[in-house]
Amino acid sequence: MKPGSDRSEVWEIFLYIAGETPRSVIAFQNLKDICNTHLAGRYTIEVIDLMKNPTLAEIDQIVAIPTLVRKLPKPVRKIIGDLSNTEKTLIGLQIRPVRPKNVHQNAPRNVS
Amino acid sequence: MHHLPSAAQIFPDGGTMSKTTTTKKTPQNQAQRIQKPDKSGIEKAATGIAGFDEITFGGLPRNRPTLICGGPGTGKTLFGLEFLTRGITVHGEPGVFVSFDETAEDLANNVKSLGLDLPKLIASKKLILDSLRVDREDYLETGEYDLGGLFIRVGSAIDSIGAKRIVLDSMEALFSGLTDHTRLRSEIRRLFGWLKDKGVTAIVTGESPESSGKTREGLEEFISDCVVYLDHRVIDTICTRRLRITKYRGSLHGTNEYPFLIDEAGFCVLPVTSLNLTYPASTEHVSTGVANIDRMLDGKGYYRGSSVLVTGTPGSGKSSLGAHFINAAALRGERSLLWSFEESEAQIVRNMRSIGIDLEPSIKNGSLKILANRPQILGLEMHLAIMYREINSFQPKCICIDPISNFTSAGTVSETKVMLTRLVDLTKSKGITTIMTYLIRGGMPGETTETGISSLMDTWISMSNPEFNGERNRLLSVLKCRGMPHSNQVREMLLTHHGIDLIEPYLGPSGAVTGAARKSLEASEKALAVEREIKLLRKKKDLENSRDLTEARIKMLRSRLQTQEQSLQPEISQAKSLEQVKVEDRTRMGATRSSAPDHKPQEQR
Repeated sequence: MKPGSDRSEVWEIFLYIAGETPRSVIAFQNLKDICNTHLAGRYTIEVIDLMKNPTLAEIDQIVAIPTLVRKLPKPVRKIIGDLSNTEKTLIGLQIRPVRPKNVHQNAPRNVS
Repeated sequence: MHHLPSAAQIFPDGGTMSKTTTTKKTPQNQAQRIQKPDKSGIEKAATGIAGFDEITFGGLPRNRPTLICGGPGTGKTLFGLEFLTRGITVHGEPGVFVSFDETAEDLANNVKSLGLDLPKLIASKKLILDSLRVDREDYLETGEYDLGGLFIRVGSAIDSIGAKRIVLDSMEALFSGLTDHTRLRSEIRRLFGWLKDKGVTAIVTGESPESSGKTREGLEEFISDCVVYLDHRVIDTICTRRLRITKYRGSLHGTNEYPFLIDEAGFCVLPVTSLNLTYPASTEHVSTGVANIDRMLDGKGYYRGSSVLVTGTPGSGKSSLGAHFINAAALRGERSLLWSFEESEAQIVRNMRSIGIDLEPSIKNGSLKILANRPQILGLEMHLAIMYREINSFQPKCICIDPISNFTSAGTVSETKVMLTRLVDLTKSKGITTIMTYLIRGGMPGETTETGISSLMDTWISMSNPEFNGERNRLLSVLKCRGMPHSNQVREMLLTHHGIDLIEPYLGPSGAVTGAARKSLEASEKALAVEREIKLLRKKKDLENSRDLTEARIKMLRSRLQTQEQSLQPEISQAKSLEQVKVEDRTRMGATRSSAPDHKPQEQR
C-alpha cells in the first residue's frame, strides 16, 4: 500500500526553522495550505525553531532551513526550501500518486 | 530574491558580539589583534603538526579558513584531525570536527590506529565530532532555503565547548547532496565569513582530481587566505607523500614540495628547505669510543655536532666503530640513536657483544635506541621524514647511521645525495654528532664515495682490510678532520674481545708493516738481535781469552828472566870475588916491592 492512500492515516509533519524569518513564515504558510487542501483533518505540524533548540538539529540531520520532515506515514521524507512549488512539494510528500522513481530530480526547478 | 538572514540574525548573541569586534578589518585594528606578530604580520594558529608550522612560519592563518585539498587518500582528513587534536593537547584550543561523509564512530575508529584517541577528547569536552550526511536521495528541494541548520549545528557545537578550531570535511559532499549550487556557493561564502567573525580557525578539505591541484568544486574561490595541496605519488613502486602550500596570503611560506609521513605517530611534515647553513660550531669534543682513535684526533675525538663519515670495504670494522661511538655516548648518559639498515636490533646486540660491547643495558635504560629497517621499504624522503620525526621525539645527542651507502637502492645517486645533505643539515642544526658508515665496494679506490658525499662531512675515517701475504689486516686512517690536527698514520686496527684497538705503528726497513708481516719482521729482528748478542759475547770471550793468554805469556817470560837471573847470580858474584882477590894480590905484591926504593915501579904503571 502506498503511503497516503490510506485515508485514516495521520500525517505527522515537522517543520524545522531558525527564527521567524520571512522565509520560515512563507514555508509554514505554504505547508499549512497544502495540508489543509490535501490532508484536511488528518495531519499534525510541529514547528521546531532551532534558534531555541539548536541540539534538535542533530536528530533529523538538518542542514538547510527550512526543512520539512514527514515522520509519518513511513518512510521519513525530507523536503527543503520554502515549499513555494506546490506540485513538487506534493510529490515530495507523496500526496499525489508517485511517478516513476527519481523523476522529481529532473523536474523543472522552481524559479522564484 | 529573499533576503538571506545574516549570521547576526541567526545568532543574535554570538554573531553580533564577535561581529562588532572583527567585521571591519582595517590595518589598525587588525594589528591590535595580533599577539605575536611575525615578519608577515598576520596572526597564526600553530597546527602542532611536526614540521608544518616551520614551513608556514607559525601555522595556519588564525581565525581564517584554510583549504586542504588533494586526491583521495592523501591525508586531508587526518591533517584536519591532527590540527584539532594537537590544538587541544598542545595549544589548549578546543575544536569541532564536522564530517560530511563519515559517521563519527567510523571516523574515531579510522584514526585509532594513527594514535589519535578521539573518544577521550570528546569525553573531556574538548572535541566534538559531528557528522552531517547530505544525501540527494533524502532531500527534495522546493523553493528558497539556506544552510541555517548547518550554521546552527556548527554554532552550537562551537559555543558548547568554546572551540577555537573547526574542520569541515569535506564541504564538497554538500555539492553532491544539494542541487542548487548557486545558493550553496553563496551559503558557503557566508559560512566562512561567519566563522571568521566567530573567531575560529577553520580547515576545509576539498577533493581534487589527480594532480590537477584544484578542487572539483572550485572551493578555492571561497578561501583566499591559505591553500595547502596534498599529494601522493608512486615512483618505482615506492609511494611518497608530498605537501605544498600553493597559497598563503600575507605570509612568507616555503614553496617547495615537502615530503610528509602518515603512520602510527600521526602526520609529520619534513621542513626541508627550512634548514640552512647557520648552525653553530662547537669546540667541545666527543670521544670516538676508542682511546687510541681519540689520540689520532688531537687526543680528544670528534667535534660535537660534527658529521663523521666512516668509509670502508666489507668487513673492515665500520659498524663496530659506529657501535663504539654510540655505546660510549650511551654510557656517558647521552641519548643516542642507532639506525641500522642492514641488521636487526637483536643481531646488532649479539654481534657487538662479541667484541665486548654490551648494548643491552643502555637499550633497557632508554639511553640507546636502535631502529632497524630496510632502505627499500620506503622512499628516501620518507626515510628522511622518519628520521626527522625520531630525532625530534627522541632528542638524541649522538646518532649512528649504518650504512648510508645502501640508500642508493631506494633512490638514485643524486637523490641520495640530496637526502643526505638534508639529513646532515638537520643533525648539525640540532648539534647532534652523527657518524655515518659507508660501504665501499671491493676494488674501488678508497678515497671515493659513489654519492660524492664526503664534502658534506667534517671528519672522514677510512678503513680497509687489504689482502697481503695471504691474509687480511684491518687498517684505519683519518683522511680528513676539519678544524683539528690529526694523525697522518695508517694504523693497524684489531677487533679484540674487548673492542677495537689500534697497534702502535711498526716501521720496518721498507715502511710500515702490518699483521703477520709485522710479526715476522718483529721476530726476525729479534733473531738478529740475539745473534748480535751472541757474537758480542763470543768476542768478549775471545778478548778475555787473549788477555789471559798474554798474561800467561808475560808470566812465563818473567819467570824465565828470573831463572836466568838466578843462574847468572853465582857467576857474577864469583867473578866479583875473583877480581877482589886479584886486587888484593897485587896490593900485597906492591907492598913487598916498596920496602926498598921500590916505589917507582908502581908509579910507572
